[in-house]
Amino acid sequence: MIISEEDYSVKYDENDGVIECTGSFRLRGSEEYKPILDLLLSVADATPEQLTLDVRELKFLNSSGINTLSKFIIQVRKHKATQVRILGTVKSPWQGKSLKNFQRLLPTLELVIEDA
Amino acid sequence: MKSILGHYVERVQGSGEYLTLGFHPALFPLQERWRNNGLSADFLAGYVSTFFPGEEPDKGDRQVEVKDAVSFIANELLENAMKYSSSISHSIVTIEVFLEIDHVSIYATNSVTDTEIPGFQEHINLLLSGDPSTLYIECLERNAQDETEDGSGLGYLTMLNDYMVTLGWKFETSAGQPTVTTMARLSV
Repeated sequence: MIISEEDYSVKYDENDGVIECTGSFRLRGSEEYKPILDLLLSVADATPEQLTLDVRELKFLNSSGINTLSKFIIQVRKHKATQVRILGTVKSPWQGKSLKNFQRLLPTLELVIEDA
Repeated sequence: MKSILGHYVERVQGSGEYLTLGFHPALFPLQERWRNNGLSADFLAGYVSTFFPGEEPDKGDRQVEVKDAVSFIANELLENAMKYSSSISHSIVTIEVFLEIDHVSIYATNSVTDTEIPGFQEHINLLLSGDPSTLYIECLERNAQDETEDGSGLGYLTMLNDYMVTLGWKFETSAGQPTVTTMARLSV
């Protein structure tokens, strides 16, 4: 599954269970994030054993984007079937600040922030 | 009539480095203008970061941190300002970044309607009355349950919870038009 726009892309590879988000997420509200949310929720609803959310190439995430990703995490939590890992990087300081909040939503979530 | 909420600190004109951008939201549809929020926020952040030179090993990280934080905060403030003033004719949005010795202050001013002010102030008071960390998670959980929600309120909470900014608001009337100025102060 893939969503590809000028400023961002979201790609899910079912074979390796990786959702890759790249670019900048600056969309306006829940309505504009709906395609991304629909993709994420469909992945969550398939209840794979493992999922990796790779945001190392996601340079920017606005609060509406945080809201969208958190809905995905909460959906995964609801199914109680999937181990989630989030891959981030120190090269984007926002990730060290904001991604850890998802662990509060889903305590079993593994967060890996890679060094530069 | 002026009213102040939160930890609003008046801009000190004539001291320190600053940059001001101004927009007329009603001139272009919000959809067309939305893209410019990121361009403006990144420009302000890039400008501010030049005052944190990166020659020394640890200074480089600090420059990236400040740039990243200002970009997020400025973008959120601009998104709010554009959203809430785009339907008001002759409205003006300004965003100003003031660089002082140990903090960066960002002020975003936008027009607001009289009918919106009480609800907005109530929202601010709720924000100020609780622990940001708790309110943040409660907001995410609540938004996930409500299909009609538009994610409002999370911007301020993210600034408070993740960036430890100080927030303040000034409501006043200028040339007969009610305005609100939102201040976010970031320690650097």
